[in-house]
Amino acid sequence: MMLQVRNVHKRFEDREVLRGIDLSVEKGDVVAILGPSGSGKTTFLRCLNFLERADAGEMTFDGKTLDLHAAGKRDIADLRKKTAFVFQNYNLFLNKTVLQNVTLGLTCARHIPQDKAREAAVRALERVGMADRLNSYPGQLSGGQQQRVAIARGLASDPEIIFFDEPTSALDPELIGEVLAVMRQLAQEGMTMLVVTHEMEFARNVSHRVMFMEGGNVIEAGETKAFFDNPKEERTRAFLKTILENR
Amino acid sequence: MTPIVTFFEKLFSGRVWGILLDAFPRLLGYGIRVTVPLTVISFALAMVIAVIVALIQFAQVRGLRQLCRFYIWLIRGTPLLVQLYLIFYGLPSIGVTLNAFPAAVLVFGFNEGAYMAESIRGALESVTKGQIEAGYCVGMSYLQIMWHIVLPQALRTAFPALSNSLISMLKGTSLAASITVMEMFRQAQVINGRVYEALGLYTEVALIYLLFCSVLTVVQRKMEKKLSSYGGNRA
Repeated sequence: MMLQVRNVHKRFEDREVLRGIDLSVEKGDVVAILGPSGSGKTTFLRCLNFLERADAGEMTFDGKTLDLHAAGKRDIADLRKKTAFVFQNYNLFLNKTVLQNVTLGLTCARHIPQDKAREAAVRALERVGMADRLNSYPGQLSGGQQQRVAIARGLASDPEIIFFDEPTSALDPELIGEVLAVMRQLAQEGMTMLVVTHEMEFARNVSHRVMFMEGGNVIEAGETKAFFDNPKEERTRAFLKTILENR
Repeated sequence: MTPIVTFFEKLFSGRVWGILLDAFPRLLGYGIRVTVPLTVISFALAMVIAVIVALIQFAQVRGLRQLCRFYIWLIRGTPLLVQLYLIFYGLPSIGVTLNAFPAAVLVFGFNEGAYMAESIRGALESVTKGQIEAGYCVGMSYLQIMWHIVLPQALRTAFPALSNSLISMLKGTSLAASITVMEMFRQAQVINGRVYEALGLYTEVALIYLLFCSVLTVVQRKMEKKLSSYGGNRA
């Protein structure tokens, strides 16, 4: 088991957003986290990279167990160096070029020499089809291009898992395809991915397993095919029905 | 209309014209040799102070943060001229005697630094949280994120306000005349003391300040164009 998460709780003031979430991810797994807005799926993902502090919970990653509430700076820094996070609104460094966006984490955080970092960055950018825009600034790129650069930024450090937080939700419809194509290719190459998404087609065709959340609880989790073809829970069926009707 | 007509008549009478032509190279020389270095050194000091004070507040460093607020409150709440007098004429009575030039640099630096700290703090707070989170996610430390991501973006945002401060400081250095710094305005006063041509000389020195500020304005516009090549702080 590459990543195991147990009993994650989180509350914002008087609102309980996570009520004991469990999850395990095998190496090479692509897990889609689905659920309506406000179900807590994004908060859950952010807790795993300590962008939010959970109130309680435990995580075993790469053979090491961390307390999601009390982990120290050093442990968090180590974890972040082995993972990557792709945001809904890309969050590329606006004052850096495409190339610098990808190399910064390598030279700065991992002390990789500039020329090696550049090689790794170009390789990562080639994988997402952005190697021809090395010297562009984020403001000069479309949303889809920015998100592909953001994925390359994650890839460059050779992470063991990539967290995706609704990677296509901020994109114009015609730009979604290029980002999903990159993600599909990564999945085929065996990258371990945890994807919060509203893209049912992607969840259905690319992910191996699905976790469905609502109101801070996991309602149903299992193999993708079984989840879509034969959902066990009434709430899951209702959710899938609204999603399919609204398309 | 009469005063305006008289103004030009006086200005272009042969005697005044000769005085102004004589004075011009001297005034310009003091401007370049004293006013400009005084401005540049004071501004550099102000910049260092402002960045440190802004970062301390942004990062909410306990204790130091209150000290920074106190500094800004104190400086912004007292007149620049009074600060100059206090440092140059006041401090010697407790045994701290400064030469006029360094006293002026200190006062201008700490004074404008307080205003610039506020400009930079505002700009720091306008950098989106996502930029910092992305920095953490690629493994950078807080200080690395500040240095490579947040501060450069904030300085870009604060650039127009900082340019304002620089221009305001350049003109403000004329106050150093009151604590015996022989800068451009003081030189105009000295020449006037000899030839009694206040109207012409002070108009002339005003025009030289205007010239200096115009140069700064052009430089500012050029640099803003260059800095906006990455499209500013979008998203």
